[in-house]
Amino acid sequence: MTDLLEVAGVKKHFGGVTAVHDLSFTVRDSEILGVIGPNGAGKSTVFNVINGVYPPDEGRIVFKGQDITGEPAYRVARRGIARAHQIVQPLATMTVLENCTVGACFGRENLPLARAQEVVREAAEIVGLTDRLDQLAGQLTTAGKKRLELARALSAHPELLLLDEVLAGLNPTEIERMIAVIRRIRDRGIAILMIEHVMRAIMSLSDRIVVLNLGGKLAEGTPQSVARNPDVIAAYLGEAEPTPAGMVH
Amino acid sequence: MTAQESSPAVEVAAPRSKAREWFGAILRQPFICLIALVGVAFAILPLWDDNVQLRESLLLAAVYITLASNLNIVLGYAGYVNFGNIVFFGLGGYVCIYLVNEWQWPLAAAAVTAGISVSLLALVFGLGILRLRGAFFALATIGVNEAVKAFVANFEPWGGATGIYLSLDVYEPLGGPGQALWIVYFLIVAVMAASLFLSYAIKTSKFGLGLLAIGENEDAAAVLGVNTPRYKALAYSVSAFLTAIVGGLYFFKTGIIEPGGAFDLTRSIEAIVMVMLGGIGTVTGAALGAFFYEEVRGVLLTTEVFSHFQLVIAGLLLLVIVLFAPAGLMGFVYKRWPRMRRLLQ
Amino acid sequence: MEGCSPSPPFSAGAFQVAGIIASIIDGVLVGAVYGLAAMGLTLIWGVMNVINLTHGAMIVLGMFALYFLTTGLGLPPYGAVPVTIGLGFVFGVLVYWIAVHRVIGRAHLMSLLSTFAMNMVLIGLGTALFSTSPYNVPVPLSGLTWKGYTFTGTHIMAAVLALVIAGLLYLLLYRTRIGKAIRAVADNRDAAELNGIPTTQVLSFAFGLGVALAGVSGTLIATLFPFTVLSGGAYELKSFIVTVLGGLGNPAGALMGGVALGLIEGVTTPFMPVSWVPIIEFVLFVFVLILFPRGIFAFARS
Repeated sequence: MTDLLEVAGVKKHFGGVTAVHDLSFTVRDSEILGVIGPNGAGKSTVFNVINGVYPPDEGRIVFKGQDITGEPAYRVARRGIARAHQIVQPLATMTVLENCTVGACFGRENLPLARAQEVVREAAEIVGLTDRLDQLAGQLTTAGKKRLELARALSAHPELLLLDEVLAGLNPTEIERMIAVIRRIRDRGIAILMIEHVMRAIMSLSDRIVVLNLGGKLAEGTPQSVARNPDVIAAYLGEAEPTPAGMVH
Repeated sequence: MTAQESSPAVEVAAPRSKAREWFGAILRQPFICLIALVGVAFAILPLWDDNVQLRESLLLAAVYITLASNLNIVLGYAGYVNFGNIVFFGLGGYVCIYLVNEWQWPLAAAAVTAGISVSLLALVFGLGILRLRGAFFALATIGVNEAVKAFVANFEPWGGATGIYLSLDVYEPLGGPGQALWIVYFLIVAVMAASLFLSYAIKTSKFGLGLLAIGENEDAAAVLGVNTPRYKALAYSVSAFLTAIVGGLYFFKTGIIEPGGAFDLTRSIEAIVMVMLGGIGTVTGAALGAFFYEEVRGVLLTTEVFSHFQLVIAGLLLLVIVLFAPAGLMGFVYKRWPRMRRLLQ
Repeated sequence: MEGCSPSPPFSAGAFQVAGIIASIIDGVLVGAVYGLAAMGLTLIWGVMNVINLTHGAMIVLGMFALYFLTTGLGLPPYGAVPVTIGLGFVFGVLVYWIAVHRVIGRAHLMSLLSTFAMNMVLIGLGTALFSTSPYNVPVPLSGLTWKGYTFTGTHIMAAVLALVIAGLLYLLLYRTRIGKAIRAVADNRDAAELNGIPTTQVLSFAFGLGVALAGVSGTLIATLFPFTVLSGGAYELKSFIVTVLGGLGNPAGALMGGVALGLIEGVTTPFMPVSWVPIIEFVLFVFVLILFPRGIFAFARS
């Protein structure tokens, strides 16, 4: 397994607050790497740095051997990194089909309009939005909008998918369906870097887990080893403790 | 695409059917037929009974339809309020008039040169000011207009504050003033049709999709891979092209150009009102809004009261539209008859 | 810049320098008023993310208010100041409910267009009523002479009043309940709503405040220079520059930015014709925007 993405020595601060300090980890080809950590640990900041929303103050982001640090978001997208946001950003007055077409046309393959249709249908099918293609994105349910985020990102045929708390706000049934969808995505060879708070989901999905706390890496390893790590457990005191039941899969 | 059996008869007919196929594809787009129809109507109606008054009225309407359609590309698709859109019109006018009057260029060449030079300038400018978001951009466009107006008013080769008066002999190559006016009219109608076609072509293209995404949510569009700075600058530049050409033609017909009339901010704002009135982001809307506003305005301007309150009435209209009918006329039409959304654009 | 002159005997060279210094100090004084105007703009912007394009018209209304209050009602010029604040507030609330309330949640471009439309209506009406001829309110106030320089009384008074009003605004924002509510809504409207704050009322109050500030700054400017219905545009541009210099939603920054702009004007105006000033300021505006989108003071802090 080769390193698809390398985050090396990344530091980012806002005003007087250091959101991320000296963070390093890698994502391997076709793996699911989970990122967990208490609120304010810097998880979303890392995502923003990776996909080009803002550059890091220090450190590098290397994707497929190329240094992409500080590249604007649209260029990062063209390289093959797609993102599903925590706070959904549907293009509300456009249909689901049109939303995904944007993803397909401006994503990694930079498709012409004519070829986008089949890619979009495929993505919609994986995610389960096939019967809603003509619906206005703004009118979807929360779960629907979350699935649209995924479908749109998938339409870009990325090699790395950044999932930012895609399970937040979903009921247990919807969570189960999403987990299945994420598995289907990985089965297609797409690497996934996912931030999640729903413990049992991320524990069961991830091949490896990185734990962040206060802007730095607290632990890294398989879900089992992370769950047993006393530092991790200590960091989560005051947050929902990962229960033993959730960690066995 | 149906598979064609290869047989001698079909192969011999191949080149002709290819052209027919292409032509058929175009005709099958009902909207393009509609545009062509409108263009033909504009051309034929006043010609029918040599109705000069109708021609003048339609000429103004055609000019405004051109302005509104091109403005729609930046305002309606990308969501950037270009308060100073009239600067392209005025600059195009000046370049064209200057080339025709000082250098005796033929009208067509001068007009096209005006279009190209102004859109190139817009590209350069756009790359700078389109980094600004929202109101900053909007105000910057006003600033651009005012700055250009001030510059031109001090630019002696272009007549400074008094402007340029076209000498009558520029109309000779076109067969004298009377005929020239007709020719210019047809040219303006052609530019109008081209503008409608351009905004339609953009809207149904990948470029247009990117612009619409930017208009919807610029940050999300960037994350999805839309090269937002380039797209915005291109839209700004493209919207300048035909606007500049029609400016050249319009001032050629008028015979005079001076800074105040060329860079009239009121006209600029009225273009925005037209786009909003007809339905922001729609091709049909820009045309309808421009047509209706211009026709009504033409009537009202004859009354003393209105000419004093032109700005007030335009402002009130804009306010009402934004508050109560932000999707304009076409918004109402689409709501009532959803299937029209497929047919019209 | 009018209003300052060193008294003789000064040699020609020293006269130039003295003139420039006087111009600078004058500019700083007027700059305080610019800052006040910009505070109104930045307050509205920071609280409800709306760019009030009626700002210029509100400044003009303040100018005309001074004229009519002094000539029509015979109020002393500085007595009109509190009246303008009150009138401006009421008018601002009115404008909020007419043009802003319905467009608050919607796309940014809608609030731009609605406030701009409102501006068109007001300026159009103003032009119809008052034409574009200049108005003037002479304010007899003796100047201060110090070390051979004479400073116009009106400039000093305007700066002092601007600072006083800014101080009052500070007290309102940081020492009263309504001020706390405004700051809460500015921070996060939904959270404020959940905490029981009637956010719509607070928004209309804040808008009224912003307009009151714009209006009273117009009144103060009217004590300094003659004005026309169309004067608002230039001051609106200055307010924008100052707002960007000081950082969005930062009233203190706006005040400092205003003084900075006044300083720049004081330095440059002795050397160029007045008609060039708006163009220079516009270029400065675009420049600052591209280089310091979050304000010079925000930039300096990071």
